[in-house]
Amino acid sequence: MERAKKQQLAKIAARVRLDILDQTHAAGSGHPGGSLSIADIMTYLYFVEMNVDPADPKMASRDRFVLSKGHTAPALYGVLAERGFFPREDLLTLRKIDSYLQGHPDMKNIPGVDMSTGSLGLGVSAACGMALAAKLDGRDYRTYTMLGDGESEEGQVWEAMMFAAHYKLDNLVVMIDWNGLQIDGPVTEIMNPTPHDKKLEAFGFHVIVADGHDFDEIERALEKAKTVKGRPTAIIFKTTKGKGVSFMENQVSWHGVAPNDEQHEQAVTEIRAKAKL
Amino acid sequence: MAEKIATRQAYGEALAELGEKYNFVVLDADLAAATKTGIFKKKFPNRHFDCGIAEGNMMSVAAGLAAAGKVPFVSSFAMFASGRAFEQIRNSIGYPHLNVKIGATHAGLTVGEDGATHQCNEDIALMRTIPGMTIINPADAVEARAAVEAALHFNGPVYLRFGRYAVPVINDRETYRFELGKGVQLRDGKDVTIIATGIMVDMANTAAQALEKEGISARVVNIHTIKPLDREIVLKAAKETGAIVTAEEHSIIGGLGAAVAETVSEAYPVPVLRVGVNDQFGRSGSVPALLEMYGLTPDNIVKKAKEVISLKK
Repeated sequence: MERAKKQQLAKIAARVRLDILDQTHAAGSGHPGGSLSIADIMTYLYFVEMNVDPADPKMASRDRFVLSKGHTAPALYGVLAERGFFPREDLLTLRKIDSYLQGHPDMKNIPGVDMSTGSLGLGVSAACGMALAAKLDGRDYRTYTMLGDGESEEGQVWEAMMFAAHYKLDNLVVMIDWNGLQIDGPVTEIMNPTPHDKKLEAFGFHVIVADGHDFDEIERALEKAKTVKGRPTAIIFKTTKGKGVSFMENQVSWHGVAPNDEQHEQAVTEIRAKAKL
Repeated sequence: MAEKIATRQAYGEALAELGEKYNFVVLDADLAAATKTGIFKKKFPNRHFDCGIAEGNMMSVAAGLAAAGKVPFVSSFAMFASGRAFEQIRNSIGYPHLNVKIGATHAGLTVGEDGATHQCNEDIALMRTIPGMTIINPADAVEARAAVEAALHFNGPVYLRFGRYAVPVINDRETYRFELGKGVQLRDGKDVTIIATGIMVDMANTAAQALEKEGISARVVNIHTIKPLDREIVLKAAKETGAIVTAEEHSIIGGLGAAVAETVSEAYPVPVLRVGVNDQFGRSGSVPALLEMYGLTPDNIVKKAKEVISLKK
């Protein structure tokens, strides 16, 4: 990737991180840790990878995205706002009684949200339905879904993986945010779902492992996925929970807690300084 | 003797027939032979998707298909559709109000010998709690076919309830007109109204005839659409006959009886007695023996009708 492009994406990702912090801080609740871990991937998806149009969010030919780990909505809302799907100032209404920005993604009322999610384990199935619909309609749009690593403990996730391989959904990309932590602790200690790579290969996927904070690797993985025919692709993105905020990184306690005024101030200062914003 | 056809058979045939004209898809969970979606599959193999024994995934896949503009009919037994996959129906289909049609077969006690694990007497109650869900429980093959077409033309989630057991065809194929959300008065009466759904509609007619012989005038109303309920026809019955018996092949908790009682008690209180499965699990047995044991009979409707009349003020 060209240096200028990479710098530009890094700046957008930093803004998305600020959006995540601002949203959860204003709401007084929410899930910053797993939102920050996918900020770079989400930025790449919505600013490079996906064919979407903020002026026509329901465009029939658009690529689809399902945030299966719906609790990290602040990352999705952040990137949608940065891309122009709705005003950035609305982000501060997250989780408020009169806001359309629900605690978990709501496809009926939020421009750019392709599927309502939040209850873990349902998103990959819905993405399979979209990918199958594209095949049936002879359309070449692609469907992407982001799954949590802890979420992969849900049985339905594997029902969906079976389905994706069985119907040869090579227009589907399942991304796993491998940040290693879930609410109660390290994923491998709570209920070890590993090894994801071998399991997914056995389920019939083409499997790619990549660094979810390196735009070159994100790009390579998603480009490679487009060349895989006859079977779906899974990308295991190695990430850091709370990425970008020193006191949140790799801290399970930041899974579902909002920063207070002081923490918000410190986090914002860190990200601004690093990204020269 | 009227011709007998299972409503699941009518469902499968309706899908195959309507599939000629409309480009919907059908999903099943390894039960295509039993749910009768196999009839559609034979004719349109490229539009039928077996999801294997994974009902939860199937419901969410249907949601994805609908979100991308397809119209999916999704089938399994009522127990697994509404029970196993309740949360998927609620969150993936109900919450975003997606255009998914759930064709649930083998509902109620008339599953017969398979017994309690497969006899779903709770599906109407479960589906009623989902905002925006439409619930249709047809009385016979003619109504079942019409219900499938009505569901297809309706934009939104619909739960269609079908039975395994062959039941009498009581509606006329040529003249029957189905109106979603509208109850059908089959017989007028002034002393009591029997409000029935599904296979109990035919029994309600039989009960009304028996009551007539005893000098009791019973109105009979068929409620095929349980949600949204036809409040008008229910309240009219309350006002004009002053007593109601409901009859359904479902738990007395949360089904038609509950819906009628809730409606009447809030708007025009009159005594309501419910014929249905009395907060019990089913069991193995032949269908006639089960219906007898659980009181899903014309005799029991007659008994409850007399009882409810005695409760009138």
